[in-house]
Amino acid sequence: MDKKQHDANANKKKNMVYYIEYYVDKYKIPLAAVTAVLLIVLPQVVSNQYIVTTAVKIGIYIMLALGLNILVGYTGLVSLGHAGFVAIGAYTASLLATRLGLNFFGSIIIGMVVAGLAGLLLGLPTLRLSGTYLSIVTLGFGEIVKTIAMNWDPVTNGTLGVKNIPAPSIFGYKLTIANNGLYYLMLVMLLLIALFCYAVYKSRTGRAFLAIKTDEMAGIMMGINVTYYKVLAFVLSAVISAAAGALYATLIGYIDPNTFTFDVSTLILSIVILGGMGTIRGMFLGAAILISFPEVSRSLMDYRFVVYGLILVIMMRFRPQGLLGWKSQMPYRLSKYVKGRLEETKQDSSVVKQ
Amino acid sequence: MAILQVTGITKRFGGIVAVDKVGFEVNKGEIVSIIGPNGAGKTTIFNMLTGVYTIDEGEIIFDGKPIHNHKPQDIVKAGISRTFQNIRLFQDLRVVENVLVGTHIKTNYSFLDSVLRTGRFRKEEDEKVFEAIQILKSIGLDDRRDDYAQNLPYGDQRKLEIARAIATGAKVLLLDEPAAGMNPQESAELLQFIRSLQKQGYTIILIEHDMSVVMNISDRIYVIDHGKPIAHGLPAEIANNPKVIEAYLGGVSASA
Repeated sequence: MDKKQHDANANKKKNMVYYIEYYVDKYKIPLAAVTAVLLIVLPQVVSNQYIVTTAVKIGIYIMLALGLNILVGYTGLVSLGHAGFVAIGAYTASLLATRLGLNFFGSIIIGMVVAGLAGLLLGLPTLRLSGTYLSIVTLGFGEIVKTIAMNWDPVTNGTLGVKNIPAPSIFGYKLTIANNGLYYLMLVMLLLIALFCYAVYKSRTGRAFLAIKTDEMAGIMMGINVTYYKVLAFVLSAVISAAAGALYATLIGYIDPNTFTFDVSTLILSIVILGGMGTIRGMFLGAAILISFPEVSRSLMDYRFVVYGLILVIMMRFRPQGLLGWKSQMPYRLSKYVKGRLEETKQDSSVVKQ
Repeated sequence: MAILQVTGITKRFGGIVAVDKVGFEVNKGEIVSIIGPNGAGKTTIFNMLTGVYTIDEGEIIFDGKPIHNHKPQDIVKAGISRTFQNIRLFQDLRVVENVLVGTHIKTNYSFLDSVLRTGRFRKEEDEKVFEAIQILKSIGLDDRRDDYAQNLPYGDQRKLEIARAIATGAKVLLLDEPAAGMNPQESAELLQFIRSLQKQGYTIILIEHDMSVVMNISDRIYVIDHGKPIAHGLPAEIANNPKVIEAYLGGVSASA
């Protein structure tokens, strides 16, 4: 009876999303292998610097979206000032590299730490705010960072910006777009960040984030320290954005305060919304669409931003959860250990019944 | 020795005294009901017990220690957990995940453990998932474990709230109208389940309007009206108490 009921449930659930998930899960190893091979050989095959640069840019925006997603998608705190964190990461890393000659990997880590502290500072006073009020504070934060970058001349070089940001190098080997080094660096960073986000999502921390997003009061009543987790979300989000920002600075080789305008914040937020808030897969698709779209639509000239806006409006009307923003239809994944123990208890209870 | 000793707690909202010098005590393993007409201040009492509201006067002693005006998180850790009158589940999470959120304070691994997927993380996570499934089995929700909370029928959502409260490891459960909106058969099942919790050693404080539930299950009953305690005693005493009948049905006119 129990088994039958379970089958009935399984039948009821079978829609398109279920089949997509089922087959992706079934063939996940070959799929991952094919994707990995494609991504690795891509720059060798196309050998077109423009396309490789665009690919790196897409990768950077995926990282930025993954970072913002922790805040917006998991914890439900909408930030409109994420360009601020990107700027802090990019400026700290580039200044350390250009002025003190620090290695890229050292400077990116310091950039992440500084942005993390900024996240902590922004997170603390915003704890009492939610919804629109919080968004406005973050909006202000983004503008403040930009204004500091513009006016703190002795350090940031003001509106002239930071020039000649060196390419990252490993043991004296320079990673550039020309030798595809930057592309592979982006792949490694993206992989690490995506795995990090997944690990956070599938843990006590991720569940606490989601609990705060859906019902803060109920979360408090489950003993979740809301203060801690909201600040943690800000810090994690800031750290990831800073890493992506530092990579962006070395990709372009030049940053100024206008690199990190409000437009960047909205672009990242658009990626998160288009892809599907709270998902990791969505960030990849969202960034791929929104970053490549302006590139492929240059023939539309001035109208491309109209089309861009139109896409977002249509999205919000017909698919507000985002393109890939579905809820998983697969059963909750149990580890082998849990399955084993459940089998044991089942046998035990049947023995007792006899 | 009472596990929960509440004396003279008062809550004012501006000029309104929502709860006025209410006191009660609950012994370990008891089922105590708090009843009263709508707006009597029952849920406010729950909010004071769980730290959502600070109290203006009085004290709440739990397990020998004062807990009034402590943070809600600390009170859950101390061992008091609750459900809500208007269901507050994590609607976008699965049933099993809702219960796992309940195990949050008992899950012992650091943030670093979860990022690095250490052995400790996997062991703790496995144990908590197993425990969550056992709780769902005991409340009869195991076959809906993979569903999202928002897709559950009303009665099951109420049950899931109880399951989530149990998962915190609390031994004192505050149930705010658990039978609200249930049909007679569902509330009979719920009655059975609450009794089984009592047998397992849980102490239960109940707010309930369904008199068939209250009279059947309570060891003792406290009656509140307009924020003031008006009566307490055994179910049979309360059912025949003129003050209680007056509070619920209105006074008998003297001239009649």
